[in-house]
Amino acid sequence: MGNVQIVPPREGEGTSRRNFYVVAIYGLWGAISAALGLPALVYLLFPPKAKKGEEWIEVGDIGRLAPLSPVELTFRRTRVDGWKVISEKSTAWVVKTADNQVTAFGPQCTHLGCAYHWEDAKGQFLCPCHTSLFSIDGKVAAGPAPRPLDRYQTKLNGSKLLLGKLQGSPEKKS
Amino acid sequence: MRRRIRGVNEWVEHRTGIQSAVRQFLYEEIPASSGWHQVFGSVAMFLFMVQAFTGALLAFNYAPTPGDAYNSLRYILTELTGGRLMRGLHHWGASMIVVVVVLHMVQVFLYGAYKKPREATWMVGVVLLLLTLAYGLTGYLLPWDNRAYWGTVVTTQIAGQAPVLGPYLSRLLGGEGAIGVVTFARFYGLHVLLLPPATIFLIVLHVFLVRKHGVAPLPGDELKAKQKFYPQQVFKDTVAIFIAFAILFMMAVAVRVPLEQLADPTDTSYIPRPEWYFLFLFQTLKLFSGPLEVVGSVVLPGLAVLLLILVPFIDRGQMVKVTRRTVALAFVLLAAIGWGGLTAAAVRSTPKEALAAAVDYSGPTDWMQLSPEEMVGIAYFRQENCVSCHAIGDQGKAVGPDLTKASIHKDAAWMIQHFKRPSAMRPGTSMPPIQLTDAQLNSLAAFLLKLNEKNATALDNAPDFAAQGALLYQTNRCGACHLVNGGGMKIGPPLNGLSKRQSRSWVEDHFADPRKMAPGSIMPSYKLAPKDLENLTSYLFALPD
Repeated sequence: MGNVQIVPPREGEGTSRRNFYVVAIYGLWGAISAALGLPALVYLLFPPKAKKGEEWIEVGDIGRLAPLSPVELTFRRTRVDGWKVISEKSTAWVVKTADNQVTAFGPQCTHLGCAYHWEDAKGQFLCPCHTSLFSIDGKVAAGPAPRPLDRYQTKLNGSKLLLGKLQGSPEKKS
Repeated sequence: MRRRIRGVNEWVEHRTGIQSAVRQFLYEEIPASSGWHQVFGSVAMFLFMVQAFTGALLAFNYAPTPGDAYNSLRYILTELTGGRLMRGLHHWGASMIVVVVVLHMVQVFLYGAYKKPREATWMVGVVLLLLTLAYGLTGYLLPWDNRAYWGTVVTTQIAGQAPVLGPYLSRLLGGEGAIGVVTFARFYGLHVLLLPPATIFLIVLHVFLVRKHGVAPLPGDELKAKQKFYPQQVFKDTVAIFIAFAILFMMAVAVRVPLEQLADPTDTSYIPRPEWYFLFLFQTLKLFSGPLEVVGSVVLPGLAVLLLILVPFIDRGQMVKVTRRTVALAFVLLAAIGWGGLTAAAVRSTPKEALAAAVDYSGPTDWMQLSPEEMVGIAYFRQENCVSCHAIGDQGKAVGPDLTKASIHKDAAWMIQHFKRPSAMRPGTSMPPIQLTDAQLNSLAAFLLKLNEKNATALDNAPDFAAQGALLYQTNRCGACHLVNGGGMKIGPPLNGLSKRQSRSWVEDHFADPRKMAPGSIMPSYKLAPKDLENLTSYLFALPD
């Protein structure tokens, strides 16, 4: 190290060494960015590992429910919310059809998630946010809603109604 | 196309001057002697950026309150893909940044690069070292497991000992009385809100000063032509950064960062230990006792920091070659020996229990799901030393058959008969009969039926307190009234999630006199030996929710 030398100017040393440096710099930084960035994307975008499947929740007795007159039933369900299992109030609009089938709609408008309600006078579900209208079978009658109301899986135990997962409507876009 | 890009570039350059600023930064002239010994600063800065990046990612899935902190971290480790890697990078990155910052300082110290006019650069650097350690201190609490809690108890007590300022410091850290939500919020606030901007500001100042005075030359440099920072030195910095990152990444993947049980302020058996780079301070503390303790905890470290800051004013001679800086070299060697000796002494004095007691709650904890009956089986399995002849996966000797292989699993009745008289069921076997009662053999069989290749390691992880606790649970017939992991009766309350409902001391007092703690309880009182009480309570507290 110590001996004094006059180092010739670098200009003439040729560009191959310089090119090697530049390529190595970009290459190594590229590798580091990928090794950090890809796991970060996976970490943020992959859903959490699946928890136990949702069980059926009993929401009430629908024996006395009049056909074609929707009621909003309130129930508690436990939901996995990140690192917590929370017990929360949830509702469903339950309709008994003319042929005694039961349908349970999720309580949110399919447009932007507002809570809708049943307008007895109109015989339709009305969302107050952007006036989407749904007919009693959940189909979009008017307004900006892009698809029919979501439905819960349903099961009857005698006259007790059990609700499962919330799913999209079985019908395609209206 | 090329012309358009150039057009855009020119537009941006004209409006912002970014290109010429970058060019000025990269084509900075540095002394001819610059080289590999000057890479540490860049590596430290890179590691700081990795910490900021992984820290932000962890914060996206982390709830900074006691209790929730632990659960959300467990969620990151066990539920999220890549979560363990992120925590590993952040955890090992913290250790690595301490190492690199110290190496950076040692290099600057050995070369005497702090000399006039670079005194301020050095002093800012010392403050940055202190900030690095402050991250380590505040971040240590954030997992809120036993290790974090008890480590911080000691830290805040030490801060409270500082002369004059002590009481104010401990009030500032929220450590008055007990460590709880206030301390946690302040440590978190420091760790993510106050320290990062302070660090960024000081790094910018530090780099600005380095640029202002230029990289420190060696004697004789003035005769040589200067070189440019880019690309040769940038290449060396990049290679060093890449090596550091590769090591960090491998550690994050290969070395598991444990998560102990949820912080338990009533756990009297826990032996706290600080992070490895603080062990020397911990050991220094032991050298002083009684009224002198404050010397080891506050005065000596304080003086050391002061001395470090004043280095440029103590050594004011001309720059000389590294090889002639014998005093500096001797000083570094002494410091290294002192640090190494204290750390080694601290490691050697760490009781085995402090290492053994740690159960990794972030790992596969299949043993938590076992019924008490099966858990007791583990106790007998260990007591009878079955692994002296049987292999369990890749552990144990292979004299007898591998017990994880499902093919040898018969039904429980066959196994019990086989335990009693091995040769009657398997003529010619060399296995001796097991001298246990039918009920005990039943537990052993229950465990072996549960054992398979997948859960073998996880079940082998089952801590001794759990096996012993389950044994007590069985012998006291707790299952006649209580439910654990779906087995037992519902006369008393189910015991899963007990740790969420009651404190440890409540449970221990409750065993001695149930009615005093829960009026109207029909549970009889249990007079347990202290060790048994501890094992049983630990076992019940380890049960999943």
